[in-house]
Amino acid sequence: MSGQSNYNPKTGIEKWLDARLPIIRLGVDTMIFPSPRNLNYWWTFGAILAVMLVSQLITGIILAMHYVPHPDMAFDSVQHINRNINWGWMLQPMHAVGASMMFLAVYIHMFRGIYYGSAKNPREMIWIVGMVIYLLMMATGFMGYVLPWGQMSIWGAIVITNLFSAIPPEAAGTAVTQWLWGGFAVDGPTLNRFFSLHYLLPFLIVGMVILHIWALHIPSNNNPTGISIKTKADTLNFHPYYTVKDAFAIVVFLMIFSYFLFFKPDSMGHPDNFIPANPYSTPAHIVPEWYYLPFYAILRAVPDKLMGVVAMFASIGVLFALPWLDTSKVRSMRYRPLAKQFFFLFVLVCLGLGWAGAKLPSDLVFATGVDADGHEVGLTFVWMSRILTIYYFAFFLVILPILGLVEKPKPRPASIEASVLGTDKGDN
Amino acid sequence: MLKRIVSLAIIASFSAGAVFAAGAGAKNKTQDWHFEGMSGTYDKAAAQRGFQVYQEVCAACHSLKYVAFYNLGDKGAPFYDPEYPNPNDNPVIKAIAKMFTIIDGPDESGEMFERPGITADKLPNPYANEMAAKASNMGALPPDLSLMTRARADGSNYLYSLLTGYEDPPEGMKLSPGMSYNPYFSGGNQIAMGNPLSEGRVEYTDGTEASVDQMAKDVVEFLTWAADPKMEQRKRTGWVVLIYLFLLALLLYGSYRAVWRDVKH
Repeated sequence: MSGQSNYNPKTGIEKWLDARLPIIRLGVDTMIFPSPRNLNYWWTFGAILAVMLVSQLITGIILAMHYVPHPDMAFDSVQHINRNINWGWMLQPMHAVGASMMFLAVYIHMFRGIYYGSAKNPREMIWIVGMVIYLLMMATGFMGYVLPWGQMSIWGAIVITNLFSAIPPEAAGTAVTQWLWGGFAVDGPTLNRFFSLHYLLPFLIVGMVILHIWALHIPSNNNPTGISIKTKADTLNFHPYYTVKDAFAIVVFLMIFSYFLFFKPDSMGHPDNFIPANPYSTPAHIVPEWYYLPFYAILRAVPDKLMGVVAMFASIGVLFALPWLDTSKVRSMRYRPLAKQFFFLFVLVCLGLGWAGAKLPSDLVFATGVDADGHEVGLTFVWMSRILTIYYFAFFLVILPILGLVEKPKPRPASIEASVLGTDKGDN
Repeated sequence: MLKRIVSLAIIASFSAGAVFAAGAGAKNKTQDWHFEGMSGTYDKAAAQRGFQVYQEVCAACHSLKYVAFYNLGDKGAPFYDPEYPNPNDNPVIKAIAKMFTIIDGPDESGEMFERPGITADKLPNPYANEMAAKASNMGALPPDLSLMTRARADGSNYLYSLLTGYEDPPEGMKLSPGMSYNPYFSGGNQIAMGNPLSEGRVEYTDGTEASVDQMAKDVVEFLTWAADPKMEQRKRTGWVVLIYLFLLALLLYGSYRAVWRDVKH
């Protein structure tokens, strides 16, 4: 797929430019490259994410023109944006709701990658770069949530930065924590540096996205069958076939985004963040944004603080090793009857962890009876988190490695073209 | 496929919604608010009465620091008058501003001085500072009300329930000194604010009977506006955007079908 160019400069000025700076060639070859002809709508989330990233950058840059990263003024400046700045009432929620929508899209994008084996040989680097993007997104989203300097902002920052204090002081845990804070508590210096980093990281994401797309152009897209491209008949040019399909999907996604933005702007946030930050008053229940909840549940599932932090980071770290943990020679789970079931269970487990992350650990999932003092007893969310955490890790460390060796996959079509021409059933 | 995407979005919003379910107190009484729904607008008459309640009752202790007088006459605001697109020209707004005394300065001799309000002023804080506010309220700080309906889960219903929810404490319960019993209060069931509303507490200029229920509803209508003053504009824009995107989606789906018409996939 790489190596050939589809660009033929025709006019004199194009030839002149192409000999000096072949930027048009770069653009043409990025857009006109052979893609599998059987990509379904789950493959549109890459383009959706690109649009959301640009939207976040534009709204963020405008917001930064009016935002004041100072503990006495940050909250007021966000209100100022919402009440007095032209179109500020739209731009600020667009940035905040947009972050949620971007995470929604990235989770679908990642689940798709796991299901269809997009992480596996020869696409390991696409997946790993993607995981770096995801980590950068988590850091960016976390620091962005701190900026409005409401109660959840400051207390979220206190909880998360204190994770580093789980490292023993001898191993520089205290030093690292204070270095992150820029002082001895989450305060003005913390807010100021988070603003600086929140502005920096998105541009690192852009850089990583370029690597992600570059790496994608070497083997081209994976596809629902997981079978490699063999002949030209297996492919269609990305433009116009997938540009038009992606454009349609983007607009449908933007409709969902708009519904939340214009009609339910507060639904993705927390009411406590409309209370100005107060380091002397702890909210009754500190919760992160919804897209961190599964990891928050894993953190709290482990009784020991340091081990909880280790488990939380390991739950993301294990994803980096996915290309090697999934030992099956067959990429797509469409032809892996057992893996498919374990995968759908894994999706449910992630949603369940998210649910548990939103609750107090001692809350009951369901009651089984009443104890001697008349209190209800039953399955608590912390125990549910523990069970689900075990499955989460087992899926990657036990199920996928063993399944690849013992599972008998269903017959695959001879080629992408054969699958399209109806020798097997597609789901598109 | 699209259905699945939509349902995922719905699941996400529910799981986000579940986060807010936590909180102390009795379940809120639910009202049908004029501002609810995708086309809901503020009931201007109710919000004007609500401003009167705020001014005559709440403002004795509670600030509304993000609201300026001219905001009251903005588009979508309680006193908006299409004849005065610039609310600073609106005589009603000017008259309201004039009723308030603003501390300004320092003047040439370095002294602070008092003057009547102008439309550009923010609504003044009843107390000079936080410590003064606490000193006047037995150590409790009356919170600013600008964002109150968004700073509590189900805020408008919550505030309505709180304002109409004062009752005698259950038998055997001993209240701390200066506290009142209110089962709806999010911070427990003892609240430092005494019952602010009583029958006929204000005399409405539009002749509406000032029952506790009526005053609570009106002031919630006003404070919901204060917390979300651009709501009407936002929803209106939302409809235009959704219709535009829907038509664009139809067009793009047609293009998609046209481009792919000869390709089996």
